[in-house]
Amino acid sequence: MKDRKPKNVFKEGAISSEFIGQSIAKHQSKTSIGAHNIFLGQVRADVIDGKTVSAIEYTAYEEMANAKFHEIRESAFEKFNLTCMHIYHSLGTVKIGEICLFVFVSSPSRKDVFKALEFIVEAIKADVPVYGKEIFEDASHQWKVNS
Amino acid sequence: MKLNIKYFGLLAEVTQCAAEVIDFSGSSVSELLELLFEKYPILENKDFQVAQNQKIVSIDTLVSEHEIALLPPFSGG
Repeated sequence: MKDRKPKNVFKEGAISSEFIGQSIAKHQSKTSIGAHNIFLGQVRADVIDGKTVSAIEYTAYEEMANAKFHEIRESAFEKFNLTCMHIYHSLGTVKIGEICLFVFVSSPSRKDVFKALEFIVEAIKADVPVYGKEIFEDASHQWKVNS
Repeated sequence: MKLNIKYFGLLAEVTQCAAEVIDFSGSSVSELLELLFEKYPILENKDFQVAQNQKIVSIDTLVSEHEIALLPPFSGG
């Protein structure tokens, strides 16, 4: 398990549906896989004090965040029977309706991917130093807080 | 020792500083924070954790590495 090196999880801007589609297609050659599970985080047009969010601008402590993403990967591989796992998170501006987080897990069987995906997404929200600045339509902003 | 202090999210905004080098002669993280609160009084009532060399540490920890980051609550995803 220790041969996996930390990867750069971050992508500049939104994660496109083409990229997600291509990621799925790349797994057709891995024929031991029987189940995939995918989480897509989408930027929501929250209304706060009458102002509507138009985008989120993401920044991160990138070195520490990539190390944390790596720890999460390693512990998910230890806990669940996974064939592979991919995590991508946006940096910079992502508009409402666009995808900012893409987590993709694959396994021989469905039960592992259901449990693994929830574990990974919750760990990302809790442990990874990423910051979202919610930009309103009038160009004012506030710092997002995860619930 | 010279410390490279990094500020993230809301903290980079209120200090108007993303990173700076500070000369520190004390020993613990809490002493370092006293120094930073003197420089940026606005930090004192903000919620954040401290990372030393990319690991979250308590305020009693001795400052032994050069990279210190002030991390407000995370909001990824």
